[in-house]
Amino acid sequence: MTMSSRLPEPYGQGSGANLADILERVLDKGIVIAGDIRINLLDIELLTIKLRLIVASVDKAKEMGIDWWEDDPALSSRAHRNELARENAELRERLAQLEPTRGEEEAP
Amino acid sequence: MTGLRYVYAVCRPFRSALQAQLSGVAGAPPKQLTHHGLIAVVSTVPEADFAEEPLRAHLEDLDWLTATARAHQQVIDALTVVTTPLPLRLATVFRDDSGVRSMMEAREEDFRRVLDRLEGRVEWGVKVYAETERAGPTERAGLTEPAETGGGPEPKAVSGRDYLRRRRMQTQAREDVWHRAAAFAGRLHETLSSFAEESRLHAPQNSALSRASGQNVFNAAYLVPRADSEEFVELVDQAKDDAPGIRVELTGPWAAYSFTGEFAEEEPDEPEVGP
Repeated sequence: MTMSSRLPEPYGQGSGANLADILERVLDKGIVIAGDIRINLLDIELLTIKLRLIVASVDKAKEMGIDWWEDDPALSSRAHRNELARENAELRERLAQLEPTRGEEEAP
Repeated sequence: MTGLRYVYAVCRPFRSALQAQLSGVAGAPPKQLTHHGLIAVVSTVPEADFAEEPLRAHLEDLDWLTATARAHQQVIDALTVVTTPLPLRLATVFRDDSGVRSMMEAREEDFRRVLDRLEGRVEWGVKVYAETERAGPTERAGLTEPAETGGGPEPKAVSGRDYLRRRRMQTQAREDVWHRAAAFAGRLHETLSSFAEESRLHAPQNSALSRASGQNVFNAAYLVPRADSEEFVELVDQAKDDAPGIRVELTGPWAAYSFTGEFAEEEPDEPEVGP
């Protein structure tokens, strides 16, 4: 990555800063002024915390084929269905693993 | 047509024009609202999206949030080219221009004070990543116990104990890189913060989903005069060279988002009661 010609104009959209960098600033930093439209800031803060937990580098996540905003139930209602299905599958799998083990243990 | 006023930033009057093609949140071009010699940069947004109810719902929709955040940042970026904006937090919305004016009047002194302090300065973001995935296998090979070598361990059919040992070594290798990166970041921060006027440490961005890209161990912002920025970038550049397994990432120049802190959160307009 070369930096020689980076000053002083800001990067264009998409280069340099990832989504996490942008969200970190526009949601979490900057001046807080209560406008006429009062949204509960807590809503935003909860969302921010959620983002902190899952956002790394979105670009990298994308490279890895992870569309995390589509797969996180708390962030996208669309994902609720998938989440339930996944959870079901996981529970079934765990059950399948547990059952033979228990069988062995209980055998004399 | 009903519309609300979305405020991006407050700044002093500036001479250069904003990019002609600049569009803000919800697509409308940002315009300047002057009040007592200060400027609020605003654009009209539809009530259908930015009234309380829809806005709250939208904020939970990451696609919407992403588009809005990028549009917001794009306006701030454009302003940063021509002036020193005080960026407001995402989704600061008023009913109409007069609502914006009253806000500016009420906070005028605060705006001027912070504008004075930040004038001509920009923010640079610096992150340090430990490249745990890349370093992992190398370190692992080095850590193989001598007793193990004669046994010809089969990679496939590992016993539970082998598996646990392998996991332990992986973890240890990761921690080694992590510690090295943290120490590196400490030194880097010392250098950069003594050059910069101010610095802020931010929470590292979590890398639960992107382990392959390394783990973010350090995330900081530096307030640097525009005129000294080239030198600052060079400092960061130099640090990169002698850091195997460690990645340094520079972003910016940003508006001074992280340094508006002394702009106290708004108190209700109650008259101050003397002690």
